[in-house]
Amino acid sequence: MQVLMSLQEEALALFARLDSPHALEEAKARYLGKTGALTEHLKGLGALPHEERKSAGAAINQVKGVLEKALQQRREALVLAQQERELRASVLDVTLPGRHHGRGATHPVTRTLERMETLFRSLGFEVAEGPEVESDDYNFTALNIPADHPARAMHDTFYLAPGVVLRTHTSPVQVRYLKSHALPVRIIAPGRVFRCDSDVTHTPMFHQVEGLWVAEEGVSLAALKGLLSEFMRHFFEQEDLPTRFRPSFFPFTEPSAEMDVGCVICQGHGCRVCSHTGWLEVLGCGLVHPNVLEPLGIDSERYVGLAFGMGVERLAMIRYGVDDLRTFYENDLRFLKHFQ
Amino acid sequence: MKFSEAWLRTWIDPELDAAELAHVLTMGGLEVEALSPCAPPFEQVVIGQILTVEKHPQADRLNCLRVDVGTSTPLPIVCGAPNVVVGMKAPCALVGAILPGDLTIKAAKVRGIESQGMMCSARELGLSEESDGLLALAAHAPVGQSIRAWLDLDDRQFTLKLTPNRADCLSMRGVAREVAALTQRPLSPLSFIPRKANPEFGTRTVQIDAIEGCARYCGRLVHLEQPDLPTPDWMVRRLERAGLRAKALVVDVTNYVMLELGQPLHAFADAALTGNLNVRWAREGESLTVLSGQTVALTADLLVVADEAGPQALAGLMGGQNSAVSAQTQDVFLEAAWFSPMALAGRARRLGLASEAAFRFERGVDASLTQEALERATQLLLDCAGGGQAGPILDLVYPEKMPQRLPVRVRPDRVRRLLGFEVAVEAMQQILTRLGVCLEGNGADWTATAPTWRVDLEQEVDYVEEIARCVGYDQIPMQVPKAPLRALHLPERQRSRQTVAQRLQARGFQEVITYSFVPAEGEQRLAMQPSPLALLNPLSQDLAVMRSTLSVGLMETLVFNLKRKQEQVRIFEWGRCFLPARDTEGLCAQPVRLGGLWYGTRFPEQWGIKSEPADFFDLKGVVEELLPPGASFVPTQHPALHPGRSAEVHWDGQSIGWVGELHPRLGPSFDLSRMPLLFELEWVPLTREAWPEYCPTPRFQPVRRDLALVMEEGVPAMAVLDALRAVAPKNVTDILLFDVYQGAGVEEGRKSLAFCVKIQDTERSSTEGELEQICQELIRVAEQRFGAVLR
Repeated sequence: MQVLMSLQEEALALFARLDSPHALEEAKARYLGKTGALTEHLKGLGALPHEERKSAGAAINQVKGVLEKALQQRREALVLAQQERELRASVLDVTLPGRHHGRGATHPVTRTLERMETLFRSLGFEVAEGPEVESDDYNFTALNIPADHPARAMHDTFYLAPGVVLRTHTSPVQVRYLKSHALPVRIIAPGRVFRCDSDVTHTPMFHQVEGLWVAEEGVSLAALKGLLSEFMRHFFEQEDLPTRFRPSFFPFTEPSAEMDVGCVICQGHGCRVCSHTGWLEVLGCGLVHPNVLEPLGIDSERYVGLAFGMGVERLAMIRYGVDDLRTFYENDLRFLKHFQ
Repeated sequence: MKFSEAWLRTWIDPELDAAELAHVLTMGGLEVEALSPCAPPFEQVVIGQILTVEKHPQADRLNCLRVDVGTSTPLPIVCGAPNVVVGMKAPCALVGAILPGDLTIKAAKVRGIESQGMMCSARELGLSEESDGLLALAAHAPVGQSIRAWLDLDDRQFTLKLTPNRADCLSMRGVAREVAALTQRPLSPLSFIPRKANPEFGTRTVQIDAIEGCARYCGRLVHLEQPDLPTPDWMVRRLERAGLRAKALVVDVTNYVMLELGQPLHAFADAALTGNLNVRWAREGESLTVLSGQTVALTADLLVVADEAGPQALAGLMGGQNSAVSAQTQDVFLEAAWFSPMALAGRARRLGLASEAAFRFERGVDASLTQEALERATQLLLDCAGGGQAGPILDLVYPEKMPQRLPVRVRPDRVRRLLGFEVAVEAMQQILTRLGVCLEGNGADWTATAPTWRVDLEQEVDYVEEIARCVGYDQIPMQVPKAPLRALHLPERQRSRQTVAQRLQARGFQEVITYSFVPAEGEQRLAMQPSPLALLNPLSQDLAVMRSTLSVGLMETLVFNLKRKQEQVRIFEWGRCFLPARDTEGLCAQPVRLGGLWYGTRFPEQWGIKSEPADFFDLKGVVEELLPPGASFVPTQHPALHPGRSAEVHWDGQSIGWVGELHPRLGPSFDLSRMPLLFELEWVPLTREAWPEYCPTPRFQPVRRDLALVMEEGVPAMAVLDALRAVAPKNVTDILLFDVYQGAGVEEGRKSLAFCVKIQDTERSSTEGELEQICQELIRVAEQRFGAVLR
């Protein structure tokens, strides 16, 4: 018994000392293997007198049980330690940036245009498009601007040939649409327009969104005010946005108006952007002139139309605080990346 | 239109301050663009008279003055101005005055001499940018009076941004009428006593040949005793505050009457005229040197006032130099005519001759003013030029050619429908009457006749606007618009612009917007377009022709950004290109396209990825993700692209664009050593969205077999792939190319293409023998068609 106990002590101490699975298995063989010390004791049982054999066997088996349990524990401890070491060895600096392809952005003018389109769509306006090289007739005459009318001076026009112009507004799209669609009509016409003008506040190309609604019912100056105020409140995401309408003149609308919104930059207190007036002019609008409707075969007694037009760049400048119109067309990537 | 507030207030006093008045005008449709004081604030500057001038003992340039400022003792003032003379009257800033620029006047010793004030120039008072001495005042200026009062410096200048329809507001009387209507205040009439004409004095005979251009012509001869007298200060001030420079008395008076009443006048030096006058169309070959000094080659659409020697004035636009009046002209022939807008329209712009008269005639002048304007001008001239006499007024009228004021039907119900809210009939009636409109009929249906000055009131809608304007646009209620619901949605088989753009953005591409017009050499370089669509009136050579390809703008954007130290540039643009081919309407073809450019590395600079330049296949991969199903790439020859690294994109039997590397030949012209990759695609095919095709998901495992085939290096990979796909049986779901190899183990001049054949059975699993048979068949076809052997 004494021998067995010291054998157990010795084995347990050895197991605890070993730190590789391989050495542990070797040590196991030394005690529990075919020729292991404990196995030798078991083999020696036969030589014992019958009455001792049973108790000695029980003692050996008990030691065997203790050793096997210790072995198992040690094995698990070693696996855990190994895993621990491996994890420690595979630590990453997780603060390093992720692998990336880079991401491009929408141009601020397109971004604004898309917001406007989405808003008008939600108000039931379809999006219509048309040519940018346009006939003089569609660009002017059909819109109640006959040749040599002083209003043509408001549109410095690029000509490609006599009678062929770069459209100065997207209104010709409305005429084309009215010609080819049944009433009622509710559309916006977004797109590029061109005017022969270039300075700090003008680029020779810019974008407009014009709208048209012709119907037997529901169209009036009061509805126009409601519609455009609704649009502007949502465009600027300001529920209490002040708006005001002033009489104005456009050859293709009568009555005509210009719309101002309370300066969203200074909240109406007066700043450089609103020239200290507290108001920002944002669009022109009115009821479609009978001289536009009648030549298209539309009975202006029966149908009333409202129309409006606004500059996309101007709205983008106000919305994003861009102070120089020309930046939009320089396409400096350092500028454009702000619109991610 | 600019005017002095004080002048306006002589016509009407609306009991509003300047800012309130500006608001009323703006909200009434006459937008006040600017409201500016005529002088900066300063006080304690009075009229002083120089009594004595003595040289300063210590300074050559200084004088010691004694100045009478209306107090008991004259002030000693040291002054450096060059124009001091005894007796001169000029502004004198008293001790304690604060001048513009925060200059405080103190009593001081200047080089030892006592000085108690400062004599001022116009610049020192902030009245002009430059001045070359003291501001000399009229001899009758009252000594000691505040200079602000004397020069009316507390006045303000209004600047109106008038819309083209409001020609009636191009005069003081017109603006005053408008204020009267908007504020419901009475208007003071213009009162003056017309001078008696001397019938003995005679007139010049006038005839009108071009009656369609000139329906009325009034004229009279005026003789002036002293035409060289200075224009009175008050008139000069009103002219200047209206933005006109004072010149000489006769010219100033004609301008003044035009500003006052709206009727442009012209004064001929009578002695320079020969025989009778005729208002006629110019004849080809005639020419006229006008007041601006420009010699105009006349054409048959220009209206002239001619004498027997030839044209003397461009009617309603500008006088001729030959018959121009000067300060010495004693005999003047004054003209007040009505030229039709059609006779003037566009002419001033075309000739580059801007004139106040043409500006008014083009927009429409009140045809009833001619006599009154002549009378007023005569009275002012005779008053200001020391007397004289005037001949009878000649008045030629062709009533049938005069502007017709046709009665218009105005229905209150119609007004209400267009406005969308209730306005009482009485209110409408009041508004229109106040505007000078004559109404007949009952309150349900009126016949309205506009006053002569409102040439813009032509239709019922014009009256609707007048009513809305006078009620006040801000009084119109905001109505929530009502319309039947309707669904607006993009068909499922169609891709939106946003979807395509998002794909590009996710691949690192930034959207740009470039001008549709580009320099001609850009078109020549990148589109080989020898005769691009050119603008007739380009702003500059850099914006001269319409782009036929987006690559011109993309390349410009690349160069611009490389100059700003960008190393990787990935950009795209969506927009129209313009081709010389005509469409059905005779306009040029203008297809929408999508173009892109990739320059620099494959990835943005970052750790862990080796920096490598992007190549053709990087961009092709991007393009492939955009294309509709069924598109293919064919080697191509594009003049701007590398001949061996460019492909045309085919879809549905036609070319829909290209992708490739810029031709190295073009590198130097853009100052590039490495070539960018470019693509351009027609937009319409890109909007086709693939339709999902359902088939039941098979229960069997997919199987894969790999084949490496060796063939001549010139064989296009796509041809092999297409051939294999064509012969593969139905259970082969796809064949992919996964490796291209040249080098050890493959003969020089040959390449190895490795294909993965994906087999998916749906009924039962193929046997090993069946799979082998499929591979053998593919190998056989590759061998037969391309001389390929299994590696």
